[in-house]
Amino acid sequence: MTSSTSHRGLIATLDRANIDTDQIIPKQFLKSIARTGFGPHLFQDWRYLPDGAPNPDFPLNAPRFTGASILVARNNFGCGSSREHAVWAIQQDGFKAVIAPWELRGEMRAPAFADIFRSNAGKNGLLTVELSAPEVEEIFQMVDRYPGLEATVELERQRVTLHLPEEIAFHFEIDPAVKARLIHGLDDIGMALKHEDALRAFERRHDPQWHRPA
Amino acid sequence: MGKTLFEKIWDRHVVTTLPDGAALLYIDRHLVHEVTSPQAFEGLRLAKRRLRRPELTVATMDHNVPTDDRLVIRDPISRAQIEALAHNCAEFGITLYDLRSDRQGIVHIIGPELGLTLPGTTIVCGDSHTSTHGAFGTLAFGIGTSEVEHVLATQCLSQKHPKTCRVEFTGHPTPPVGAKDLILKLIGTIGTAGGTGYVFEYCGDAVRALSMEARMTICNMSIEAGARAGMIAPDDTTYQYLAEGPRPFAPKGQAFEDAVAFWRTLPGDADARFDRAISLEASQIAPQVTWGTNPGMVVDVTGRVPQPDQVPGYSRKDVEQALAYMGLKPGTPMTSIAIDTVFIGSCTNARIEDLRAAARIVKGRTVAPGVRVLVVPGSQSVRRQAEAEGLREIFSTAGCEWRQSGCSMCLGMNPDQLKPGERCASTSNRNFEGRQGKGGRTHLVSPEMAAAAAVTGHFVDIRSWPEVSDTFQSGKGV
Repeated sequence: MTSSTSHRGLIATLDRANIDTDQIIPKQFLKSIARTGFGPHLFQDWRYLPDGAPNPDFPLNAPRFTGASILVARNNFGCGSSREHAVWAIQQDGFKAVIAPWELRGEMRAPAFADIFRSNAGKNGLLTVELSAPEVEEIFQMVDRYPGLEATVELERQRVTLHLPEEIAFHFEIDPAVKARLIHGLDDIGMALKHEDALRAFERRHDPQWHRPA
Repeated sequence: MGKTLFEKIWDRHVVTTLPDGAALLYIDRHLVHEVTSPQAFEGLRLAKRRLRRPELTVATMDHNVPTDDRLVIRDPISRAQIEALAHNCAEFGITLYDLRSDRQGIVHIIGPELGLTLPGTTIVCGDSHTSTHGAFGTLAFGIGTSEVEHVLATQCLSQKHPKTCRVEFTGHPTPPVGAKDLILKLIGTIGTAGGTGYVFEYCGDAVRALSMEARMTICNMSIEAGARAGMIAPDDTTYQYLAEGPRPFAPKGQAFEDAVAFWRTLPGDADARFDRAISLEASQIAPQVTWGTNPGMVVDVTGRVPQPDQVPGYSRKDVEQALAYMGLKPGTPMTSIAIDTVFIGSCTNARIEDLRAAARIVKGRTVAPGVRVLVVPGSQSVRRQAEAEGLREIFSTAGCEWRQSGCSMCLGMNPDQLKPGERCASTSNRNFEGRQGKGGRTHLVSPEMAAAAAVTGHFVDIRSWPEVSDTFQSGKGV
């Protein structure tokens, strides 16, 4: 979503909770020193059989999801390793947005996305949309009922619309800072360096407890 | 109102508040390894940026490193990544503990060893287990590669103020129940998303009584509960750890005394408030074993593989998928599960106390027929210390493989991997599908439990080994 604030595309559903970044992109692909080439290996161990052929039982291999650009999964998506490669793999396989539900676990609200994954997604322009569990369940059911179902994700209006015979729309919350970054494509490093005066003043008074080895 | 430990450290590191409300947070130490940094250095080159504070950045090689002959890396892609780090450190002026260094090791093990990890500082690393360093009363958290580039260029990060959660362990665990069991029990109780958005502060009698190494085990796995950081207020145990041993980056002499005076101001104020509090009674905690495919899927060793509809926090489908992958039937006693492999290592449990604990169990015993046991010290320093204490001899005599230091089979980026279907008792931190090798089945346990599984070939309740519990209760050495 780096250049546009609205995206319409085919929805693909993956009915799993706690999808960790080891599943999204397994370790052997972390040896790359490049930022590209991860797309074909998204969900590698689920997606392919041992002989390298596509696994027919893996939902995202279903023909009806070919060309999908909006991924819908369950709670705690992107947990585990901090590998930003997970975000790169999702984007490079054609996805513009991931939708997952927050959930109540006991008295606790378990966010839809793990912290580091959500942060990495924001830095790369992959939109993470957090909806309620019943809303996500409705998307799962509608995708089953209406093959080829598309959605429009509008960042400016913070809205997901399902293009059903009678459209359904869900509002989502998003951190204003992340929203601004996605809309304006801000350069975080360039932004921070604009505070050079504050940084210098801080470094003059702050002791980082740095003790050079003897 | 008073401040928590976290708030004191946070407030000292806010450079400025950004227009969007986030803080520009100053980073005192940046630890770098070969896997999550190459794209960050490339980004600097493309933008013609330099490092703001190269002296505050320290690098090592750990994830890809072979643990047999470490200087011969047969995988050309791994070798290229390791060479890239060496090249980047030379180009940008970063101190590197490479494979020829006698202080090389897993980044989260060498940071504390070298005295880089100090109370009251902020530490980041492109690795989720950076939470380990919180054991020193440090605000330490894992970041992605874009953030690695950001810290290299600016020595700060844009961060939203997280929420705080007090995690208290009351009472005392009965040895050999220890730190690994406490943290697994917590994750099993609140789930792997239970701490998302929070910074944990561990406290209570059980935590105060723990050694620094045991505290590191607890903080290390905060991320497995979703918490990006976990912290423990510094105390005399902390200062003693920092005073002893060759810790080249720790303050010495008067500087150390001055530092301790400052560190004593860090613990949270009595009237500080947390956003949330959790309390567990440590004396009630049994040795823990995971049965599923995330660290929250865990039971007491005396328990059974659960029925799919009886696991709080997981749907029937979640549990069925996990059990299918793990090749386990509901109702199976955990102690009847046979294992093929034992991995004693990782940033969670590969420090000297972990190796001593495992050695106590295997001493005078033999590894069960057909079981392969890898003992991978967390650093070359740990390896040397273990050899000096005779632990290598104990492990080798029992039939364990004694290796060079690195991340090894925790994530299998090097040749140390499980084969499809192999079942492993592992002292590491993640039992995700394929984590230790495609198709491999991981059960997370403490070093003592892993060692006992190595000897018997299946999980056992180590509390029922009288001579073992005698050894622990009398505090006798190996």
